[in-house]
Amino acid sequence: MKLMEIEEILEAEVLTGEYDPEIEIEIGCSSDLMSEVLAYGEPCSILLTGLTNIQVINTANVADIKLVCFVMGKIPDEKIINLAKKNDITVFITKLTTFESCGRLYKNGLKSCSYFDLDK
Amino acid sequence: MDNNKTTTKIQELTYELKIDDVMCKNIETVSSKMPISQLRDVLYKKRISGVPVVNDDKLVGIVSIEDFIKCMEQEEMDALVEDKMTKNIKTLYADEPLVHAVKKFEKYGFGRFPVLSRKDKKLVGIITKSDIIKGILKKLESVYHDEEERRYRASHIFNDIVADEVFLKFQYFVEGKNFDKAGEASTGLKKTLYRLGLSPDIIRRAAISTYEAEINIVAYTDGGEIIAYIDPHQIKIIIIDKGPGIPDVEKALQPGFSTAPGWVRELGFGAGMGLPNIKKFTDKMTLRSTVEKGTHLEIIIKLSDYRNED
Repeated sequence: MKLMEIEEILEAEVLTGEYDPEIEIEIGCSSDLMSEVLAYGEPCSILLTGLTNIQVINTANVADIKLVCFVMGKIPDEKIINLAKKNDITVFITKLTTFESCGRLYKNGLKSCSYFDLDK
Repeated sequence: MDNNKTTTKIQELTYELKIDDVMCKNIETVSSKMPISQLRDVLYKKRISGVPVVNDDKLVGIVSIEDFIKCMEQEEMDALVEDKMTKNIKTLYADEPLVHAVKKFEKYGFGRFPVLSRKDKKLVGIITKSDIIKGILKKLESVYHDEEERRYRASHIFNDIVADEVFLKFQYFVEGKNFDKAGEASTGLKKTLYRLGLSPDIIRRAAISTYEAEINIVAYTDGGEIIAYIDPHQIKIIIIDKGPGIPDVEKALQPGFSTAPGWVRELGFGAGMGLPNIKKFTDKMTLRSTVEKGTHLEIIIKLSDYRNED
């Protein structure tokens, strides 16, 4: 799924300016707990979250997440946007809830990332 | 690059690129009812040698500068485009690989092909030989750019240095309780490992583990440091702080167990996943802690070449 499709599906607003239209988003995850995001076993390409602090971008960066979408119309402050830009992470905001955002993306064929089983 | 290789790369690109990637999309069209006399303006203004003829969104022919010259010679300037245009035209689809266009140019010797969308057969572009050359050059440029960037990486450092044992040491200082700066050490280490040309999986595991440890320093202590030692076989990362220490190390390793204060949880951490995450993403983890003295965490990530051997 291309970023443009996601932008449409989530009726999102782009906060980081122009993005690379070729980036392919294949796997998604959603959480307000950053450690949960870090625990996923594969690099997710999109993170949907209601948490708006700078650690969301740091988490996305270390976990190789290319697109962060803040839900429920939450607007992150400029520091967050600047850090995202510096690390080539695209930031969207959507007015939709987490549940609806995930539902719409899933319905359109975006897969969920798998959990890195801690007991394995 | 020797000549042989260049040819192969260009051939590869003609399969990789789609006609849609190189064709001209901003196209001029004329109607079949237009008199030939007006054709001159269209061709001259746009500096093109041929133009597709379209009626009601449907491609019906193509008319070129040669047709125009013939009409001039035969003094038929009042004729309509539909009488002089080529009607039986060869077209291409936008989603075809570029190599199809190359073959059609070879086969028919035409100057241009109209490009249709496969779905609704509407005209979406036009492709000339110069579009193909430009498209390939542009792609080659970006391939070259990637190659240059790759060469810039310091991955050869271990081969260039002559010594019995080589390791690189990177040290990062972490401020306690300052969540604005939390993450700087691990993102810095991540960037460094990337420049060393390590594989994305290794980099990701090292970055995530270091980040979790860094968050722990920020959340629970007054500060500490992260030291990464990299040799050709492994990455060893040591995370040290000066207290307060972990009273029950075994409990701290249980998923879900957390003593995080509210402010840490509000930031999205303290879910009791930190240490279990580190353990899972590394090949070896050693945690020693003395209450009031501090915690010493050592993690090892084996580099892929050596990972499978043990």
